[in-house]
Amino acid sequence: MANSKYETVVGLEVHVELHTKSKIFCGCSTSFGAPPNTHTCPVCLGHPGVLPVLNRQAVEYAMKAAMAINCEIAEWCKFDRKNYFYPDSPKAYQISQYDQPIGQNGWIDIEVNGKTKRIGITRLHLEEDAGKLTHIDGGLGSLADFNRVGTPLVEIVSEPDIRSPEEAKAYLEKLRAIMLYCDVSDVKMEEGSMRCDANISIRPFGQEKFGTRAELKNMNSFRGVQRGLEYEELRQADILDGGGQVVQETRRWDENQGKTFSMRSKEEAHDYRYFPDPDLVRLRIDDEWKARVRASIPELPDARQARYISEYGLSSYDAGVLTASMKLANFFEESLKFTTDAKASANWIMGDLLGYLNANNFELEDAKITGQGLGELIQLIEKGTISTKIAKTVFKGIVETGKSPAQIVEEQGLVQISDEGAIVAVVDAVIAANPQSVEDFRGGKDKAIGFLVGQIMKETKGKANPGLVNKLLMERLKG
Amino acid sequence: MSISIKDVEHVANLARLELSDADKEQFAGQLNAILKYAEKLNELHTDEIEPTSHVLPIVNVMRDDAVKPSLTAEKALLNAPEEEDGQFKVPAVLE
Amino acid sequence: MSLFDLRLSELHNRLTTKQLSVAELVDASLSRIAETDVKIGAFLTLNEENARKAASELDAELASGGEKGLLFGIPAGIKDNIVTEGLRTTCGSKFLENYDPIYDATVMKKLRAAQSITVGKLNMDEFAMGGSNENSAYHPVRNPWALDRVPGGSSGGSAAAVAARQAYFTLGSDTGGSIRQPAAYCGVVGLKPTYGLVSRFGLVAFASSLDQIGPITKNVEDSAYVLQAIAGHDERDSTSANVDIPDYLSALTGDVKGLKIGVPREYMGKGIDPQVKERVLEALKVFESMGAHWEEISLPHTDYAVATYYLLASSEASSNLARFDGVRYGVRASNPDNLLDMYRRSRSEGFGPEVKRRIMLGTYALSSGYYDAYYKKAQQVRTLIKRDFDQAFEKYDLIIGPTAPTPAFKIGEQVGDPLTMYLNDICTIPVSLAGVPAISIPCGTADGLPVGLQIIGKHFDEATVLRAAHAFESQTGFHNLRPALS
Repeated sequence: MANSKYETVVGLEVHVELHTKSKIFCGCSTSFGAPPNTHTCPVCLGHPGVLPVLNRQAVEYAMKAAMAINCEIAEWCKFDRKNYFYPDSPKAYQISQYDQPIGQNGWIDIEVNGKTKRIGITRLHLEEDAGKLTHIDGGLGSLADFNRVGTPLVEIVSEPDIRSPEEAKAYLEKLRAIMLYCDVSDVKMEEGSMRCDANISIRPFGQEKFGTRAELKNMNSFRGVQRGLEYEELRQADILDGGGQVVQETRRWDENQGKTFSMRSKEEAHDYRYFPDPDLVRLRIDDEWKARVRASIPELPDARQARYISEYGLSSYDAGVLTASMKLANFFEESLKFTTDAKASANWIMGDLLGYLNANNFELEDAKITGQGLGELIQLIEKGTISTKIAKTVFKGIVETGKSPAQIVEEQGLVQISDEGAIVAVVDAVIAANPQSVEDFRGGKDKAIGFLVGQIMKETKGKANPGLVNKLLMERLKG
Repeated sequence: MSISIKDVEHVANLARLELSDADKEQFAGQLNAILKYAEKLNELHTDEIEPTSHVLPIVNVMRDDAVKPSLTAEKALLNAPEEEDGQFKVPAVLE
Repeated sequence: MSLFDLRLSELHNRLTTKQLSVAELVDASLSRIAETDVKIGAFLTLNEENARKAASELDAELASGGEKGLLFGIPAGIKDNIVTEGLRTTCGSKFLENYDPIYDATVMKKLRAAQSITVGKLNMDEFAMGGSNENSAYHPVRNPWALDRVPGGSSGGSAAAVAARQAYFTLGSDTGGSIRQPAAYCGVVGLKPTYGLVSRFGLVAFASSLDQIGPITKNVEDSAYVLQAIAGHDERDSTSANVDIPDYLSALTGDVKGLKIGVPREYMGKGIDPQVKERVLEALKVFESMGAHWEEISLPHTDYAVATYYLLASSEASSNLARFDGVRYGVRASNPDNLLDMYRRSRSEGFGPEVKRRIMLGTYALSSGYYDAYYKKAQQVRTLIKRDFDQAFEKYDLIIGPTAPTPAFKIGEQVGDPLTMYLNDICTIPVSLAGVPAISIPCGTADGLPVGLQIIGKHFDEATVLRAAHAFESQTGFHNLRPALS
């Protein structure tokens, strides 16, 4: 909070859907977008007499995610029932983990304003998702679709180590990147495969005791989280400044109005009556199992960033941008199989490629260029086959058509002219056609040279080797 | 510990049961009798005793991540008290 | 001699030698039900049309010859908390009055694979909560030995149907004694297998850590037959044990020489009817005469079992029965004001008083601030009770005692006094908490009412339990006593 006397304290609870093929406790598909209730069975509909059987892949994804955020992995864990009535919960209890989560005591590092900060992770546990309710008849009724019920989720709870909305956003982005690297989830906030609730309080700087917190819900994008927290820290500061007291409550972020609203109802305080689910047996995670899962975790963003700095001499910022997304980092590394100029590749990616993606609102996979295409493009420049300027045209061709750089160069006749004889002919012609400029140059107006070069490039449709053009033009003018 | 009518009301609310005043009276009396009887467990010193939630030493029961056929929406909704557009209809969530 | 006096193996022989048709078997069962069930009330739903259709199909198959399984063509009655696809399953509750199941329980798939025929669904205490069958939301079941007495519960219909010769065998479920106690009251054989031996998939859960399905039959050999068909690992039940299933029939050798039997003094002490005690002591003499040895032992935590059981079972039940919310199936109250109103009224209209009482008790025991004092404490005491059995089974092959402290009591006698009712289960509950197998077999009568002998074995040692039970009934013939029901 700029110029404030208060310090913001935030802890985040993030739910991430694991992209197993089948649900956590039954064989129904987890795929998105099927007609309502067609991905259901007696088990996930909570019919009388059914029993859950745990999906091994869900456990291993949860272990992988927990390891990637530096959690200690439990040797023993169990599943508990969280009892509450709600129409999106068919059994009227959610199978979750109460006092023996899969992972505990982890951390991730985030970078804000060039500074690295470590955010503690209290726990990561495995649980099942609920169904989807659609409100109809102006709020007089709801329709329940149970396709999503039973999709495996991990809940990741941070320590109250976050001190600003920017840090919260950086934390979420880092968490998202790690989950993508681990390939355990699509982590799309907009589609609900990543969801975030926040606990936020403020306190005067220097005060040790936490202030009274509000729990913030319904923030459906990274920007929504940041804006919701920004609104909430100001709201709480206003209350304290006015001599009031913050009320502990749940508040809903309204994206359209840009405000948070109290969700307090007359409902009694929650009493979930957790107890161990007698339908499931305990999990024992031995060292061998842990090692096997750990071996499946790829090099994570922090390690990769450090390697790009030391191995390729990239700046911390550039390495950070490239490694924030595993796809981008893989693209970068693929390009380096075809060129040794890592800095050039990084520049192309951070400038032209990201610019193109942003301008078109594309994901990387929407562009037709591959790492190999970029590598070959840089190689063509290195070899002098095309100029850097022409390379921009070729790049456009690659991202739009997916053709190889060589093919585009050939089809469009973009090969650089490096034949001195051919260039001299054009130089002579341009000198002959522009006596005034030649005069100006010889009279000391260096700028005139630029005009002449421009004319030569125009005549050659930009294909003349710029170095040769300069050299030959100077020779002719001075000679 | 003794269960009051207020406790009975609280528990009935958690359990989503609607009780008449007579029910509440009767349950308060019966639950008190049962819980008083259960107090005999306190005669046993159990601090160092592991709780038993399963009598068999079974661990790590898991299945492969394979998709199996689901129900048709028609079958899923076969017993639905009220349905609309292939979904289960319920009254308003909020009061 | 009626068909109902024959053992399943004899029925099987007559079928395969074409002295008997499946249609005749089904017809005999349905006729007997039509004739007697007005008095007994064992059945809630009949499967007449399908049973007759299946019978004619099986008779056609019989004509074409070939090997037939032991339960081929044998009609059975199924307790109404075992889910049967397309055949109404009510759990004895109004809540599920019109519930049309969309899947089959694993035991039903097994019986189907064995080509047994379901003649109908059997009455029970609502959601298996009770020991007298008076908690059925439909009608009580009457004991075929004395129509003014209870058949026991919760599998009262399952036991009465066998005693009244309405079904050749039935399936029941046992959580704290719900197969054994009605079997004792009705003078038939009821087996509760080791927890995990028979799949619970499709058994509507009461207390998940205790529930087991088991057979109720006229004799021990039939019990072994049926157990063979329904036992075994099920990948849809995570608590199902992955153990080899022995050949139970070959265990019925008649030889009990050298068996070591422990008789818990806690089962023979205060509260036990003198005549029941006498029958048990006489039974022990029979075992002695056959070369077995018995001595008194102690299961010191027996006195704590009932309290432990009611806390654990009710807690689990409060969560298991939460799914009956009126959203996807079952009762929905008419014109609810809102969601909360719908939940409360649907559940209050759908559940009877005993079910509500247990939900209340369980909800309270799990609620904030009480979990450690009640639920966790009970789980710890459960450990002590299980240890009692572990220690006894280090020295003894079997534990024997009464199944219930008294013979069947009169209908209405214990209504309104839940605690006294709960104490009827004093001899069966500890066995359930330990998860070990036990059988109740007839061991004579007291004032004309059957008395049950409970034989308890080690985990997964059903073979020894069945062997001893079979030897006893072969020696005594008590299982041939029949109620005078006309």
